[in-house]
Amino acid sequence: MEKFTTLTAIAAPLLRINIDTDAIIPSREMKRVSKEGLSEGLFAGWRYQSPGSREENPDFILNQQPFRRARILLSGVNFGCGSSREHAVWALHEWGMRAIIAPSFGSIFQGNCVRNGIVPVALANELVESLARQVTADPAKNLLTVDLAACTVVAPDGQRHPFTLPDADREMLLEGLDSIAVTLKRDAEILAFRERDRGRRPWIYLEAKGAG
Amino acid sequence: FCTMDHIVDTTPGRTDDTRMPGGREFITSTRASALAAGIHLFDLGDDRQGIVHVVSPEQGIALPGVTLVCPDSHTCTLGGLGALAWGIGSTEGEHALATKTLAVRKPRSMRILFEGQLAPRIYAKDLILHLISRFGASGGAGHAIEFAGSAIRALPVEGRLTLCNMAVEFGAWTGIIAPDESTFEYVRGRPFAPTPEQWDRAVAYWRTLPSDPDVRFDAELEVDCSQVAPQVTWGTSPQHGGGIDGRVPDPATETDPNRRQSAERALQYMGLEPGVRLEGLPIGAAFIGSCTNSRLSDLREAAGVLRGRHVASGVKAICVPGSSQVKKAAEAEGLDKVFRDAGFEWRESGCSMCFYAGGESFGLEERVVTSTNRNFENRQGPRTRSHLASPATVAASAIAGSLSDVRKLPST
Ligand code: SF4
Repeated sequence: MEKFTTLTAIAAPLLRINIDTDAIIPSREMKRVSKEGLSEGLFAGWRYQSPGSREENPDFILNQQPFRRARILLSGVNFGCGSSREHAVWALHEWGMRAIIAPSFGSIFQGNCVRNGIVPVALANELVESLARQVTADPAKNLLTVDLAACTVVAPDGQRHPFTLPDADREMLLEGLDSIAVTLKRDAEILAFRERDRGRRPWIYLEAKGAG
Repeated sequence: FCTMDHIVDTTPGRTDDTRMPGGREFITSTRASALAAGIHLFDLGDDRQGIVHVVSPEQGIALPGVTLVCPDSHTCTLGGLGALAWGIGSTEGEHALATKTLAVRKPRSMRILFEGQLAPRIYAKDLILHLISRFGASGGAGHAIEFAGSAIRALPVEGRLTLCNMAVEFGAWTGIIAPDESTFEYVRGRPFAPTPEQWDRAVAYWRTLPSDPDVRFDAELEVDCSQVAPQVTWGTSPQHGGGIDGRVPDPATETDPNRRQSAERALQYMGLEPGVRLEGLPIGAAFIGSCTNSRLSDLREAAGVLRGRHVASGVKAICVPGSSQVKKAAEAEGLDKVFRDAGFEWRESGCSMCFYAGGESFGLEERVVTSTNRNFENRQGPRTRSHLASPATVAASAIAGSLSDVRKLPST
């Protein structure tokens, strides 16, 4: 995974609440057995004129300049709620998004972000709205900065807004770590736990049951 | 374990060719990968096949005290048995398979007490829809929620699965219910459940699982169940709902600007005006199925309403049993005949029209009353308008051709 340290970029405000992963990428756009080529389906229901078409809806923010170059998305509470589809994060990432700033996130979505190099930044609703106002005033000039090392968002007006991210998540993003490799360093402990647990709860383990 | 559910067709005589774009490739590569990795596969044609969250309790894979993950957000369903189960993304799935573990942060805890007795024809589905409409779709955000109280103790296991199924629609990390005697009875004898030799030890362990009596939760809510009416949603979030005897609310009365805007958008999408009565709203289709409400008890309740009646003309009505086992058991009771006689299609099991992936769907702007869990925009088809409700309410509405109060139908 690529490392994330600091990003200064155009931010696109999409201030709706409860944007679900079906809206981020509709099921009909997840045709491949692959992580690639999904960005075309990003927000397909809103971005195109009609389902299935590729004719752009000019009213949708990501179809407008300069937001086509946005790397940061501003949104409302509970962003990424609903289906666990990681395609939502893959589509956002392939489209170019690297950080999402919202008051709260769907919990599976949040985990998926961290594992794919997108920073989920939780800021209070008033702050998100204030950032959106500042950005909208002059989107190409009023850039936002997400500084992951310092865990702050720097607004166009120069104000710094701290946010929190669990240490493990922050480290994974900063270092671009592969979580499987990190865990497997503790394989001996995992196996020892399983041995103990197998003695205590043998019915959990299929081998002990001889079920085929 | 692996089962074929989302992508398969549910029409009789189905094969690997599905109506979903890319379906065949998905099915064949899933099959090949499962076999190569030594994963138990409930394939097409296997009589254990079905929707994953219906199959895993049925097969005794989900058990009290088991930690279980699946790359599907409704994995929280299994909390109904006292399993700690939650949905994950694909990368986390890979991690779980490769390392047998997942690192999770301890979530905040919440307890929701459902107290009082349910009125007749009020179900777990009504309770959870009521909860979400009252406290919002992010009311449980990030929490592990224990559902407790007298109404939960009285709820049969299948109802508990329905309730926990929609914990994710409340924003929860997962939902869970303390296992008790009904849980043990439900689990006993299932294929992957503890063997008779292991049984007593397993039950002794399960009895240690309930929360301590003096435990403190980060948040507590209480719901009086005796007043809950049959619920139906009117918008595009599960929080947009209320009693069947209510009206579509006026977004203008909403003080929070975000919620107002979301309600306005929802009404526009749903083609509804503020103040319209929910009861009597004409529908074009009725769907009974999904991991929320497609178990045997759900089909029995719906069949109880349908018996001796027929769906209104022009209503497309479909029933999709949640698993091949449910289908078989329902047919053994003659429920398939009740559904068919009433004008319902009777399908093979799978996710079916709970979601739209380019395959089968309801029509443009079709109004559907559905026993599923998500009324999101385009969830069941392009511009399809979904109204979530219990299977009994779906059945009653199918008969009337409009959203209906199932309490008003005399039993047959
Ligand atoms: S039935 Fe619907 S909600 Fe349940 S797993 Fe299938 S698609 Fe998802």
